[in-house]
Amino acid sequence: MIQDQKSKKGAVTGLLFIAIVLLLVVLLENLSAILPAGSVPAVLMPTSQLFTVLKKGAVYSLVAVSMNLLNGFTGLFSLGQAGFMLLGAYTYAILTVPVSAKDTVYYLYGGSAVNFSLPDLFGGVDTPAGLILGVLLAILLGGCVAALFAYLIGLPVLRLKSDYLAIATLGFAEIIRAIFQWQPLGPVTNGANMITQIPTFNNFNITDANGTVILRLSTFFPFLIAIICIVVIVMLINSSYGRAFKAIREDEIAAEAMGINLAKHKMLSFCISSFFAGVGGALFAMFVNNAQAKVYTSTMTYEILLIVVIGGIGSISGSCLATFLYVACAEWWLRFLDSATTFASPTAPNRIAFMVIFAVVVIGGSALLIHRERRGSNQVWKQTLVGLVAILLLGWLAWFAATGELTLPLLRTGFRMVAFSIIIMVVVLFFRQGMLGDKEFSDILFARRRNAGKEATK
Amino acid sequence: MNTENILHLDHVTMQFGGVVAVNDLSVDVNKGQIVALIGPNGAGKTTAFNCITGVYEPTNGLVSFCGEPMVRNHPQGKMARGYLGEHGDLYTARFSVEDPEAKAAAEAQQDPAVKAQMQADYDKALEERRSKELERDPLAFTDKVLSPTPDKITQLGIARTFQNIRLFSALTVFENVLIAKHMRAKQNVFSATFRMNKAEEQRMREEAMALLEEQNLAHLKDEVAGSLPYGLQRHLEIARALATQPKLLLLDEPAAGMNPQETQELTEFIHKIRSEYDLSILMIEHHMDLVMQISELIYVLDFGKLIARGTPSEIQNNPRVIEAYLGVADDAEN
Repeated sequence: MIQDQKSKKGAVTGLLFIAIVLLLVVLLENLSAILPAGSVPAVLMPTSQLFTVLKKGAVYSLVAVSMNLLNGFTGLFSLGQAGFMLLGAYTYAILTVPVSAKDTVYYLYGGSAVNFSLPDLFGGVDTPAGLILGVLLAILLGGCVAALFAYLIGLPVLRLKSDYLAIATLGFAEIIRAIFQWQPLGPVTNGANMITQIPTFNNFNITDANGTVILRLSTFFPFLIAIICIVVIVMLINSSYGRAFKAIREDEIAAEAMGINLAKHKMLSFCISSFFAGVGGALFAMFVNNAQAKVYTSTMTYEILLIVVIGGIGSISGSCLATFLYVACAEWWLRFLDSATTFASPTAPNRIAFMVIFAVVVIGGSALLIHRERRGSNQVWKQTLVGLVAILLLGWLAWFAATGELTLPLLRTGFRMVAFSIIIMVVVLFFRQGMLGDKEFSDILFARRRNAGKEATK
Repeated sequence: MNTENILHLDHVTMQFGGVVAVNDLSVDVNKGQIVALIGPNGAGKTTAFNCITGVYEPTNGLVSFCGEPMVRNHPQGKMARGYLGEHGDLYTARFSVEDPEAKAAAEAQQDPAVKAQMQADYDKALEERRSKELERDPLAFTDKVLSPTPDKITQLGIARTFQNIRLFSALTVFENVLIAKHMRAKQNVFSATFRMNKAEEQRMREEAMALLEEQNLAHLKDEVAGSLPYGLQRHLEIARALATQPKLLLLDEPAAGMNPQETQELTEFIHKIRSEYDLSILMIEHHMDLVMQISELIYVLDFGKLIARGTPSEIQNNPRVIEAYLGVADDAEN
């Protein structure tokens, strides 16, 4: 996905990179089967958090990149992503519930109004053709429905600018969510209940006649779809239309004076972004095994916005990187924040890990702050304050180390989100550019090499 | 000498609430001419530009480009009443092809034969005035509004620069010029994304590169536009406007912030691009040296009204212009 489109070499490097990523994913997934039984680390077991993170990361990175196309490259601040994901997820779910399962899924409404299922049209979920064609077509249609709605919403809404556009799209997402939970639509949307029994990522695992898995592809599938979509977005951004989008972001008036039709290009960007958000929504439905309107709240949009901001607005690779970091933290690494933790044994590895991380964060953070203040103004009291707080925190750590046993205060359900709020505040205050700014990972990589080359020639 | 008309402003009025920013302005630019629009601050020069380029829809008037009506708004009836207020005559006067005096004289006539003859004469004269009006503006006597968006006007062949430079400052010099090529590219979003028409993309790049080379900006092509020095940014903005392949170039204060040396270079530069790209130029400028040296025709605006029109020497000696720029001599001094 990272490519310098000016040179063929860049495209080849990008394709190679993608192939390696996909291969690694397949390998990682199947390591538990390849390695001798008993020596498989817990992380690599198919039920491990690692694969949840990878699957959700793939889905979210697609949605984040689609949001970045709109927010970062076209300069339209829209907060409707969850709404478009919902449209994609529902379209996918409604079209793929097997005919045989409709009565049980829609039991409150005495069956579904949609009396066909795309996989069944091609021979059923259990046949490869039915699965692949049916699912792909449903995902595609999910994207199309989202794009269609985006077009209809865009007609009035895209006349708005900046914050007003954000408010309008946010309102749209909330309205869509309410409509899909509306009782009279029950025969189609199953009301406020979830639509279950849809084909999921696990359906893509290849099994033998007995039902034992031969080759796992459940993580490979979302990666493949997400990567294809992201490549298309990158190609769009590097095309003439992508440049027009960037021109609109830079200066609408100048872009218009250069002959760029604002209404048309904004609508294009909005629809394309929504299309991929819809595809992302369909994948998300596959990931959570169901479609339920109450999941697609504005919180979900904010999660994605957070990812885009952390990754760097206007950076595709930044969004991808930030997605995996965020999802890993949210689903895995920072889970411990949600439950009270007691470090009893002085030699427990997680106790030592906690102490080291805590010390590094405090010392590093305070050093950074003091350095900034020194560069900025000569307000000694600020430096002193930061220093005092750091010393207090380190003192607490020392006391903790001496007494040997401690239940960390504050940790309880929901504290993870507090940590995230603090992270986003720190990012917005100190690293407004995000991880990569508006650069791509490849830019940084190649720039370093180029600089190294320059120095070598000197 | 070719005197083909390129741009024609016919009684253009732009009213913002009670403020008449441009008041009944008529301007002509012929092919190959360099025309300057001058006037004190706040005279409505930039507003006139914005009416030509479609940023504003004029409240009254017609703008023709190469003989074709391009922007037009002649509100009548209900629509005009929306604007009227204290400036009502701006909207009604132009359409009174009726001649009330002649009409009254015809009606007052006692002798039926003479009266019929006078009436017929009056009707004929009226019809003549009507057809003359229609010849000038084919849409006259209708409420039809032509107000294309700025991008449409750029596609017709009018390019502009801005008073305060508006480059795509985070993009490179090359991208800035390349973006101007987008509107004439024959490709849709699918063929562009999936590289189905590589020749077209190649052509755009080559044209943009050729333009940068002509403008001696090629060595800067990978620089970020916002990091260029001021003079080069001005130059790049003009180059970017040229990339849209215009017939008419509107320059909004091209010499703003330039020293005499740079202004001199700009004069030569404007002459050069006019002949090289077969352009007509309409510009707003405050540097009188530049204006007097370069322009073939000068229009002077004050408080939205056209106060003078003529060659540089005529304008220099026009008492109304001097008055507008320097103020009226105080009565007490006399």
